[in-house]
Amino acid sequence: MRTPESPGMMRMVPLILVTIAVFGIIVAGSLRSGSERSDLTRDLKARAAKKHVRSVDHSKLAALQKKFNSGREVTEACISCHTERAAEVMRSSHWNWSRQDYIPGRGIRSIGKRNVLNNFCIGISSNQEGCSRCHAGYGFESASFDFNDPKNVDCLVCHDNTDTYAKGLAGLPKAGLDLTNIAQHVGRPRKSNCGGCHFAGGGGNNVKHGDLEEGLLTAGREVDVHMASDGADLECVDCHTAQNHHMLGKMYSVSSMNRDRSRCEQCHGAAPHADSALNDHTAKVACQTCHISHYAKVNETKIAWDWSTAGRLRNGEPYEDMDAAGNPVYASIKGTFVWARNIKPEYVFFNGTADHYLVGDKVPAARPVQINSLHGAYDDPDAKIVPVKIHRGRQIYDPVTKLLIQPKLYARARGEGGFWEDFNWERAAEEGMKTAGLPYSGHYEFIATEMYWPVNHMVAPKEQAVQCVECHAPTGSRLAGLGGFYMPGRDRSGFVDTLGLLAILGALGASLVHGLFRLIAWQRRRAEA
Amino acid sequence: MTSLASQVVYRGFERFWHWTQAFLILLLAITGFEIHGSFEFFGYRQAVAYHNAAATGFLILIAFAIFWHFTTGEWRQYIPTRRMLRAQIEYYLTGIFRDAPHPTRKTAANKLNPLQKLAYLGLKILVIPVMVCSGLLYMHLRHWLGAGGLKAVALIHTAGAFFLVAFVLGHIYLTTTGQTPLSNLKAMLTGREEEGPEHEAAPGTDPAPQLIGGQA
Repeated sequence: MRTPESPGMMRMVPLILVTIAVFGIIVAGSLRSGSERSDLTRDLKARAAKKHVRSVDHSKLAALQKKFNSGREVTEACISCHTERAAEVMRSSHWNWSRQDYIPGRGIRSIGKRNVLNNFCIGISSNQEGCSRCHAGYGFESASFDFNDPKNVDCLVCHDNTDTYAKGLAGLPKAGLDLTNIAQHVGRPRKSNCGGCHFAGGGGNNVKHGDLEEGLLTAGREVDVHMASDGADLECVDCHTAQNHHMLGKMYSVSSMNRDRSRCEQCHGAAPHADSALNDHTAKVACQTCHISHYAKVNETKIAWDWSTAGRLRNGEPYEDMDAAGNPVYASIKGTFVWARNIKPEYVFFNGTADHYLVGDKVPAARPVQINSLHGAYDDPDAKIVPVKIHRGRQIYDPVTKLLIQPKLYARARGEGGFWEDFNWERAAEEGMKTAGLPYSGHYEFIATEMYWPVNHMVAPKEQAVQCVECHAPTGSRLAGLGGFYMPGRDRSGFVDTLGLLAILGALGASLVHGLFRLIAWQRRRAEA
Repeated sequence: MTSLASQVVYRGFERFWHWTQAFLILLLAITGFEIHGSFEFFGYRQAVAYHNAAATGFLILIAFAIFWHFTTGEWRQYIPTRRMLRAQIEYYLTGIFRDAPHPTRKTAANKLNPLQKLAYLGLKILVIPVMVCSGLLYMHLRHWLGAGGLKAVALIHTAGAFFLVAFVLGHIYLTTTGQTPLSNLKAMLTGREEEGPEHEAAPGTDPAPQLIGGQA
């Protein structure tokens, strides 16, 4: 007599072992140790560790051994050696605030700060003297500024390495600066140079971008792995590289074309992860989407601005109300603001092209009015999901001409029609539209607008990257608002799921009922026997 | 106790194939429905990694299984037949409750009853190919498919997964309908089918289904 089980069981052992081994190899191959291509990041760290060393000590140059009384004098000295550099700057957007772009539906147009509007301080026309504090030139106080005079180029705002240079009205150096010392200590632009303007857009720290603010100068790598001193300690120009003063980097508040962008891939390549499931995402998802989980991580940014409440006075004088964090929530000159910190971005498909409301455009019927629109959709092979800050505004509008109004806000004194002095919308609208060469019906309203700001900075350490289920989830997905495509985990067909569940319950139910009847029949037979 | 005769019904590779497939389908179902958002178990990223690994393993296994079926001629086991089909249905609907004998008997040469032939043939030529193709499209060509194609592929893959879970549940229940509730399971583990006393007369060399009792 033999027992049939034992030899069979023994034969199963190698089979089980082989199965486990095969599966283990496959799993190990697909998981590996981590998610990062450590060879790539090792090389990048080595590259970041090589810091720029100045090759010229400007304090030793004969041309700079003199007392400078104006910015223009400094520029003259600069171009006595760097003979072609001013001409390079004069071809750049930092100077022109405008460039020729091809815009779908419009053709080739000049576009830039000179003719777009925004929903912060609205636009530069008739306000140049105030706005040009951030123009890379001297004396841009009206539309009659001479863009062809190389001595008007402001070299110092970008190249001052003393951290003492500052610009005032019309972009002129502030009074009391030691221009000689500054001129003798120029060099490669630092974060503080770029940040002087780009952190302060909108009239205060972090007002506009949300991901560019003075907090980046001191924060640790949990805020920004690239810029933090305990991170790669990169300068802006390490990524926003330049050739002949033509810099990489596009902000789609003013740009329209998919060119000259500064990209993560410049350094990290197209497949930076060890895990192919993550690399596959890069076909439709921008790096920023997962690696910038929050923005405005140090200081608040403005997320909404209602101009319609501006102009209230206390005892005939303008005033400001502050919140607990010290940000104005109301200012007589500007209206009501909403601020937020540590914000989860919103998400859109973006292919690198954008359209803008250009001065003089009639607004379409759709509300809110889109100050800029980022183009892209799932089926667009150039489009990827990108994180954006959406700034929501209510701003002045002419319901008769259907034009957004370019008001005159800034003025040197009362009575010139500037809203910030006179608090009179009729006058501000009339003066502003006159300067812009546009009609004004005499009627104004306030209209809801939206402006899109792609979020590109404040890349978090990899441990803090957005996790799968923050998007791949049936409820609370970061991408809940992004339609037009099927995403596993987020999307389902109610029909398929209901039918599927019924099939499973049907199989279970039929088995249970059938089994129960067998049991009853078996017990009956046993009782009879 | 009567001595039990036994014969090899499932060969080594067959059992290896069956249990590996069972393990992979279980893993694919758990990870697949986690990816679907039905529950959390491994964690999403692990679920995706295991799902893709299990899918790769499954493809390799299928390649070996197809080779095995054609080289051994075992594919003939799945040729559908109407012979005894009605009897088999009647057995599950009525006979089983009366302790009637099985209308067909399992032998190495004829291991599937007519209902099993139909079910497994459907699985092999329809359900598994649909799951494999939709899975491969989903995994490797999703960006080429476009939004509409991706959704179609995803829903087909999901529907197939629901069907397979329902199928496996029914399959597991039906394993209890052998000579004893556990005899089918034992056969798939050991390869040997025990022959009950009433079967001793017929050694399984005849490729035609054996008639037991007066059922037909």
